[in-house]
Amino acid sequence: MGYDTIVEDNIDVLVVGAGLGGTGAAFEARYWGKDKKIVIAEKANIDRSGAVAQGLYAINCYMGTRFGENNPEDHVRYARMDLMGMVREDLLFDMARHVDSAVHQFEEWGLPLMINPKTGTYQREGRWQIMIHGESYKPIVAEAAKKAADKVFNRICVTHLLMDDNKENRVAGAVGFNVRTGNYHVFKSKTVVVGAGGASNIYKPRSVGEGAGRVWYAPWSSGSAYGLMIEAGAKMTQMENKIVLCRFKDGYGPVGAYFLHLKTYTQNAAGEEYESKWFPALSEMVGKEYLDTENQHLSHKPIPTCLRNHAFINEVNAGRGPIYMVTKEAFQDPHLEEIGWHNFLGMTVGQAVLWAATDVDPKYENPELTTSEPYVMGSHATGCGAWCSGPKDVSPKEYYWGYNRMTSVQGLFGCGDAVGGTPHAFSSGSFTEGRLAAKAAVEYVNDGKADGIKVSDEQIDKRKEQIYKPMETYNVYRNAITAGSVNPHYINPRQGLDRLQKLMDEYCGGVTVSYMTNGNLLKIGLKKLGLLVEDWEDGIAAENVHELLRAWELRHRILTSESVIQHTLFREETRWPGYYYRGDFMKLDDQNWHVLTVSHRDPKTGEYTMEKAPLYHLTEDEDKEEAA
Amino acid sequence: MPTFVYMTRCDGCGHCVDICPSDIMHIDKTTRRAYNIEPNMCWECYSCVKACPHHAIDVRGYADFAPLGHSVRVDRDEEKGIIAWRIKFRNGKKDFELFAPITTKPWGTAIPNMKEASQPDDSMRNSHLLYNEPKYIRLDEGGLHTLESNDLKMKEGVYY
Ligand SMILES: Cc1cc2nc3c(=O)[nH]c(=O)nc-3n(C[C@H](O)[C@H](O)[C@H](O)COP(=O)(O)OP(=O)(O)OC[C@H]3O[C@@H](n4cnc5c(N)ncnc54)[C@H](O)[C@@H]3O)c2cc1C
Ligand code: SF4
Ligand code: SF4
Repeated sequence: MGYDTIVEDNIDVLVVGAGLGGTGAAFEARYWGKDKKIVIAEKANIDRSGAVAQGLYAINCYMGTRFGENNPEDHVRYARMDLMGMVREDLLFDMARHVDSAVHQFEEWGLPLMINPKTGTYQREGRWQIMIHGESYKPIVAEAAKKAADKVFNRICVTHLLMDDNKENRVAGAVGFNVRTGNYHVFKSKTVVVGAGGASNIYKPRSVGEGAGRVWYAPWSSGSAYGLMIEAGAKMTQMENKIVLCRFKDGYGPVGAYFLHLKTYTQNAAGEEYESKWFPALSEMVGKEYLDTENQHLSHKPIPTCLRNHAFINEVNAGRGPIYMVTKEAFQDPHLEEIGWHNFLGMTVGQAVLWAATDVDPKYENPELTTSEPYVMGSHATGCGAWCSGPKDVSPKEYYWGYNRMTSVQGLFGCGDAVGGTPHAFSSGSFTEGRLAAKAAVEYVNDGKADGIKVSDEQIDKRKEQIYKPMETYNVYRNAITAGSVNPHYINPRQGLDRLQKLMDEYCGGVTVSYMTNGNLLKIGLKKLGLLVEDWEDGIAAENVHELLRAWELRHRILTSESVIQHTLFREETRWPGYYYRGDFMKLDDQNWHVLTVSHRDPKTGEYTMEKAPLYHLTEDEDKEEAA
Repeated sequence: MPTFVYMTRCDGCGHCVDICPSDIMHIDKTTRRAYNIEPNMCWECYSCVKACPHHAIDVRGYADFAPLGHSVRVDRDEEKGIIAWRIKFRNGKKDFELFAPITTKPWGTAIPNMKEASQPDDSMRNSHLLYNEPKYIRLDEGGLHTLESNDLKMKEGVYY
């Protein structure tokens, strides 16, 4: 095929995917690496890319140590409770102790943060969230990254990481293609920071037909962070920890500000509070440490997100749906009403469109809620992602191998959704993780760890051939049929995506099975996924460069899905009721599973190995306290 | 709600093509105007709507759950630093405008160029600090939190 090969050589830090994490990485890399070559490869246009493309109405992770509000360890405890114990507390502590400095810079850059007129502090939405007018959040952080980088390549879909031909398990750059010109792009780099985001569209969405793009996480979140790293042999952690969101029905408008700031609440069709009645049985399933029916409300411990989902799902399955958000009271206050609408316009415009289309005025009518299909990402109330090293002064030996946020592949770093075990980072925390990863990446280069990297022409040529194969397949077989999209030799990317979504839904706990799965189902799922992999390799067809983009996004989603099934199969317990259930192990089992799960896919054979990693928790240092 | 383009307003400038995160705004070869090539991959993020200089792009709610006859329009002005929305209900009972700031500074002026920031020294490099830290963490003289400073340790096992 007549596409040019464009090589960008001698890069020190390559940022793959410049969303919130990647922009933070490019910005910070320049400070530590004045003399370094810093390059961004981004699938879309950095000004409006990633999960924050349409803006945000809140920054969900801000400590406020400046105002004496929270310490980093408070946030760690919160995230630990919310995720039923399963978090990397070293990484979280590290993120939380730096995150405020990112937010203070955003304010200086012009991001409008709301101020509480009474206290003069930032307007809190809840304990961790501050409210912003964030329509231009993404263009603002993009500007910082553009100024810092030597070059920004927009519209490059990165398909693979390059590996060093001299030394095993060391990264050497990345390759991809321009989704407009079709050209092949080779980035030879000493380090790579992956910020390519989480995954939507892995599971069959509730929306159908034209509405299939109405997913909670952006439809362009293609799981590329996971696909790229998994294929390169990076270890992954907590990939079973997918998330289900409780959101406004169909539009998936956010509920955070509604619950926390507008003080709206939920009830069932009969107008009853329904949550608490599910808690005694749930407490039996998960144990008192996680849900203490009598004392939870007294202790002011927030109820974990998944457990609230559990009550919602069960109430609906018991025939008492829909669940409503009671807005009629709060919306009588015109100021709160305005906030309610702004909240959508700032980050999920579609919900405003839907209410306008269906004449839902929340002042007079309580809107319906729903639970979404599962998502695989690592910065919201869930922690999927790569197994990364923590910082030297916090991490125990099992969590530390030299460079902060470096994966198990030398020179390969992650941030945001890409990093595992770090839920509740959100936009600000992802940006912060990008900064941490970039500092470490520069240090890695300065330490000479990338010396002697070699990338052979064979490797580059082999990848090129692989990248364009779907177009080749199309050209070879398209004339075997008269017209249309039904061909015995190939499937197109949409057909492949539909198959993936159906099998993940049915075998790995999607909406149509009420988030239920078991060992048998998962094994069937793996088998069917194996066939999809074969079909992808030999029979995915792309009619044009745009379809080639969809083909590679599908590839990354498939790699992500395989990892999700392997992890879900490995963890023989139901750790997060309300996110998913293992029907064959319906209880939480701290005896055997108070551990993090870690997987490795052998890049040569594709074989998976699973292991358990110990869980460390931050606790008060009693010896020190006694001494003091 | 997928986007669509009004034939009479579009001049084919390509701003929408340039910005769409989903790569679905393309220029039609015969009409030389933009259109949404893949509505079921549209997030109704409004990035293209905001970017169109001729207000040629609008959104019609997803056919499978949004009835016809509504409108959510937007005007984003970087110079004024403001975004304006107008929402009209299908039944015409509600028609209102909302405004929000998009920046507090003249657009693009307050973002630092890191190429011009001063070099970190070795003590900074060997510390756990990032650019502008510790100052920017608390905006006072306080330092970075550590396990030591907060009397914490990492302990293996089940603790709550
Ligand atoms: C509806 C919604 C509401 C949210 N609300 C809030 C909120 O109120 N407050 C808050 O703080 N956070 C919120 N979040 C979460 C926040 O957006 C994420 O935590 C954050 O954006 C994650 O950062 P990231 O860098 O990992 O991924 P992203 O920001 O998604 O960036 C990923 C980047 O990688 C690029 N990319 C993907 N694949 C490739 C590839 N193959 N090659 C090259 N580039 C690629 C993408 O184009 C994108 O630029 C919300 C998210 C959503 C979707
Ligand atoms: S930005 Fe507007 S005028 Fe320009 S091509 Fe797109 S729709 Fe047409
Ligand atoms: S609304 Fe967003 S996803 Fe849809 S066409 Fe416009 S820019 Fe693309």
